[in-house]
Amino acid sequence: MKLITALIRPSRLDAVKTALVDASIVGMTVSEVRGFGRQKGQVERYRGSEFTIDFLPKAKIDVVVEDGQVETAIAVIETAARSGDIGDGKIFVVPVEQVVRVRTGERGSSAL
Amino acid sequence: MSLQSASLKRGQGSLHFPPSAMQSIDRWRLQQTGFIHSLRQNSSLQRTGVFLLAAGAGLLPLMAGSAKAALTKMPTDGADTLLMLMGSALVLLMTPGLAFFYGGFTRAKNVLNTMMMSFFLMGLIGVLWVVIGYSLSFDLGFKSPFIGGLGSMFLNGVGGELGDAPLADGFAISATSFALFQGMFAIITPALISGAVVERINFKAWFWFSLLWSLLIYCPLCHMVWGGGYIGPFGEIGAIDFAGGTVVHIAAGVAALVSAAIVGPRSSYPESKRPPHNVPFILLGAGLLWFGWFGFNGASFFAAKGAGFSFLTTTASASAALLTWCLIEWFTDGKPTAVGAATGAVAGLVGITPAAGFVYMGPALLIGALSAAACLIAVRVKMETKLDDSLDAFMVHGIGGTVGALLTGLLAAPALVPADYFPKSAEILAKGGNIALFGAQFKAVLITFGFVGLGTAIILWIVGAVVGLRVSPQEEERGLDFIAHGEEAYDPMTF
Repeated sequence: MKLITALIRPSRLDAVKTALVDASIVGMTVSEVRGFGRQKGQVERYRGSEFTIDFLPKAKIDVVVEDGQVETAIAVIETAARSGDIGDGKIFVVPVEQVVRVRTGERGSSAL
Repeated sequence: MSLQSASLKRGQGSLHFPPSAMQSIDRWRLQQTGFIHSLRQNSSLQRTGVFLLAAGAGLLPLMAGSAKAALTKMPTDGADTLLMLMGSALVLLMTPGLAFFYGGFTRAKNVLNTMMMSFFLMGLIGVLWVVIGYSLSFDLGFKSPFIGGLGSMFLNGVGGELGDAPLADGFAISATSFALFQGMFAIITPALISGAVVERINFKAWFWFSLLWSLLIYCPLCHMVWGGGYIGPFGEIGAIDFAGGTVVHIAAGVAALVSAAIVGPRSSYPESKRPPHNVPFILLGAGLLWFGWFGFNGASFFAAKGAGFSFLTTTASASAALLTWCLIEWFTDGKPTAVGAATGAVAGLVGITPAAGFVYMGPALLIGALSAAACLIAVRVKMETKLDDSLDAFMVHGIGGTVGALLTGLLAAPALVPADYFPKSAEILAKGGNIALFGAQFKAVLITFGFVGLGTAIILWIVGAVVGLRVSPQEEERGLDFIAHGEEAYDPMTF
């Protein structure tokens, strides 16, 4: 099992969620986060004063999948989240040691 | 403005002032100008002159071209009184509107404190006005060109036993509606100052400062300009101020400038500067201010039939100013901003305030455009200095009010400044034209700058010595919502 963490534009969240569900990948956790990468923030202007906003809002999606689904999930997220401009985000994949379904106590893949 | 005059009239016709006292104060005032002096030869003419002086632009519709008409004892008119009551409600709404306008600009941890600095005054100054503020502004007991009296404390006698008596001869609005209307102005004026000192002033200091400033600066200035005193159309200077360019906006603006300098900048300003935490609040607030300004300027006409005119100049100026501010931004920075649209509209409303009843539509548009341009330049100049007028209270109200007051001199139409109502001002216009009236306006502006600037500094020094002006840098960092009120506007997790 792998944990896929995708940091994407908040505006692409709906598209990514729909694409994942269409690919039969269900169950995900979404959080509002802020950060910057190569985009390095943006400049905003209020009453003529310039402000550099370093931390830009991003949506973070956490989804755990079977090893066999990893490439599908990555491809789906990539396609749905891409605008082609700087700031489209990142996808990280890390191994997951154990999964427990709290209600039943099931472990491993059957808990997904 | 016409309002002040009105109060004088009330005093004259009044139920609680001995006629002899009224006559002596009238005589004092009459001696101020040769024009009036000559009127003294004829007692009935003198009476006419006095009443008309006391009147203002607002009475024009009532006069119907005849000076005598204004002298007639009129019954209270329902429509005109309703205009004043509606106008009072509109002006009251400007204070929460201002709270949103200012609150949107500050950091999330200071928004409640910032809004309370305006909102709280609906309590404090609301009480003060009824108890003594109205009396100090519009009573004539002290027979002074600089301060009112104590005879109308608790609005004693205002409006007669049933509260429906007309303000004075020639006025068809009730005296009670006038007292209410003026009270709403008294509330918002100190609230405007708060923009200069938000995010670091101690709320206890703000309590005492706004109380003392209202008593010692606002009420005397109100009397001087509107209450028949030194600066106004029947005083020494002869300046005209339709709805508060001097009394409200220049006064609040200058007090803001002095306060920002004496209280000092926020800790680590300008490094600590942050973008507005809620721009929709700013737009909401500016919208409410515009809406309320229909009462502020529009209802200052005092008569329902003709008030469409002052309503029109008000909104025309705001429109021109909004457009001007956005177009300048579009050309210089590439994008028109929402904050700029809101600020521009307010600048235009400030600019037209002294002129609303004295100019036609072309000048109204011009005043709006020039006020916006002047305020925008002032805001950008301020950015280059160390002065932390945090929300640009001086840059918008002080500069906008000054530009408006001066342009009122240059653009006032003589037909709208009749000698009956504005003897000194009309005499100046007739002899020297708009340039001479500009001179009178300039003098009024200088006097206001000096009086308010010095007075504000003294009050701040006293308040600073007794209760301290600022919170500590640690408290500033924590945020004033919690420090001053024990509350938070938002879930701290969302910071």
